[in-house]
Amino acid sequence: MPLRMIPGIFLALALLAVQPLLHAETAEQKGRAIAAESIARDSGWGDMEADMQMILRNQQGEESLREIRMQSLEQANDGDKSLTVFDKPLDVNGTAFLSFSHALGADDQWLYLPALKRVKRISSRNKSGPFMGSEFAYEDLSSFEIEKYNYKYLRDEQISGVDCFVVEQYPVDKNSGYTRRVVWNDKAEYRVQRIEFYDRKNSLLKTLDYSGYRQYLGKYWRPDRMDVVNHQTGKSTELRWTNYRFGNGLSDADFNKNSLKRAR
Amino acid sequence: MAVPLPKSVTPPAGSSCDRIPKLIFARALTLALLLFPAVGAADNRLETSGKAGIELRLFPQSPQFAGQYDTANLSGFIEPQFFYSWNDEADYVKFIPYLRWDQHDRERRHGDIRQLTWSHVGEGWEVHSGISKVFWGVAEFQHLVDTINQTDGVEDVDGEDKLGQPMVHLSLARSWGILDLFALPGFRERTFPGADGRLRSGLVVDTDQAAYESAAGDSHLDLAARWSRTLGDYDIGLHWFRGTNREPLLRAGTDTGGNPVLTPYYEQINQFGMDLQATLDDWLWKLELRWRDGQDDPFWALQGGFEYTLYGIAESDTDLGLLLEYGWDERGRDATAQVQNDLFFGTRLVLNDADGSELLAGIGYDLDYHSHSLQVEASRRLGSGWKASLDLRLFSGDEANDPISALRRDDHLQLTLERYF
Repeated sequence: MPLRMIPGIFLALALLAVQPLLHAETAEQKGRAIAAESIARDSGWGDMEADMQMILRNQQGEESLREIRMQSLEQANDGDKSLTVFDKPLDVNGTAFLSFSHALGADDQWLYLPALKRVKRISSRNKSGPFMGSEFAYEDLSSFEIEKYNYKYLRDEQISGVDCFVVEQYPVDKNSGYTRRVVWNDKAEYRVQRIEFYDRKNSLLKTLDYSGYRQYLGKYWRPDRMDVVNHQTGKSTELRWTNYRFGNGLSDADFNKNSLKRAR
Repeated sequence: MAVPLPKSVTPPAGSSCDRIPKLIFARALTLALLLFPAVGAADNRLETSGKAGIELRLFPQSPQFAGQYDTANLSGFIEPQFFYSWNDEADYVKFIPYLRWDQHDRERRHGDIRQLTWSHVGEGWEVHSGISKVFWGVAEFQHLVDTINQTDGVEDVDGEDKLGQPMVHLSLARSWGILDLFALPGFRERTFPGADGRLRSGLVVDTDQAAYESAAGDSHLDLAARWSRTLGDYDIGLHWFRGTNREPLLRAGTDTGGNPVLTPYYEQINQFGMDLQATLDDWLWKLELRWRDGQDDPFWALQGGFEYTLYGIAESDTDLGLLLEYGWDERGRDATAQVQNDLFFGTRLVLNDADGSELLAGIGYDLDYHSHSLQVEASRRLGSGWKASLDLRLFSGDEANDPISALRRDDHLQLTLERYF
């Protein structure tokens, strides 16, 4: 290759690299747009009730069961309100949890302890802590808001034959237990199919797979199962959703300290 | 989940058997009969749950007072719950009877109706009628503003166990907060350990000789109101109570055999109070204030402090909570309460594991009498439906005026196994 051709090749390569930037979005913009679209497609559901069963498994295969019922109320410009009642394990039967989540800043949370008939305001600071001893952290189960992460589109990829966008998400909250999450959204409906979580040391911590999606009210998709495996401990949690019910006529009045004390 | 310390309880002793007042049985029966027609409704349902347990207490030291049992005590309890609803759960009945058997202490062998209520829920209001329990307050080491229910003093030294209180309770939830209004017909006497029991005062309390300031005795109609509201990170409550003081004055007397005893005297009081919690990130700041006017001079009391939590210590899932509270009573050494100038330090270790393992430890130190008490509570789940707890309590105190000195030989270890159903 004649030496004088080299600058020309460099120029051509440089132009090729710059080209996408000239008429397309950055990876950050694209990642955020995908997240925004998934949120937009899941807006307007109003209120929802559902039952949840969690099966906790340790490395030895020993199982432990949790049963929970949940009500949530969509909020227009804020995180959702939710009321959760614990049925199992039996020693916490009747314990209830009220949460007003916020896109940014601390959530407002109250716990009702039925034996003492006591309502306790609790700190929502423990986002990274395990939910009821499971492999789900509290932050994994809270409502998804666009402001909670920064984004970066990585690639397109198929998982289980489904075409997906793969987007990396970086938590804004310093109390998050993760440096990043890698999220697979399917291209057809923008539903989350898989999330990989990286711990504070940026090591792969766990993988969460969503399955059994069904559509409700002709629009909103909800999974029947969420399976999370902790790669560092070998523990896993299988979460089964049943009885999704929409349009229950719930209002803000169903999410206060009185409804918390009554919850069952 | 309190870290209750033994000091927050009146340790004195009792004599005769605790009976659920006839009045309460009569009211319960009336209520049950009133509700009977509803049982036939179409969309109703009955749910049963509850718990039962056995408890072993081990005392390494011989007792301080004559008649008290030595070394070990076995006890058992059962507390089923029945829930029945109709009218799409706008109406429901909740029934929680309670029964305890005790090896040595006849006073601790007792039963109670913890709850028997009919509830009706409307738009922004609800009424609960019958026998029930209501908790007020935010602090952990002393429940200063928790006023409605009588302490079931034979159950435990921590003052957390309460007797069912007859009430009509109207609650309104509005944009300006929640307003609770109570009419409390009928009074429950505090229960005290018997002569055979440990964890009591030197003289037993003869509950058969209970006396009242009010001519209506234990039938005085007490009234109470509480307003509470959340304002951002702050939860505030204000209350007023007028009626029979749940805390008896213990007066010297003699029983039918001429032996010296203490007799409870229940005065009429007027009380205002406040509870406040600020939930600021890792910090919970707590304050309870109370003004009470009885037969003696009116006085203030307060309990306040903080709980600070370190989440996920040492890169584990374990949370470590550190608690500091101070309790003060304007009456000082003349206070009938156990807390008059006391400092409390506690720590709460929560493993966040599948077994729900927890450990709470608390120390109470009396700045006037220089006595202290220590309590460690550890618990975890065993399989599904079982829970095991271990409680250790140590007491010190040698000033006779300090109520805790009566417990100085009552250090004990308590093992509890509970079955939930």
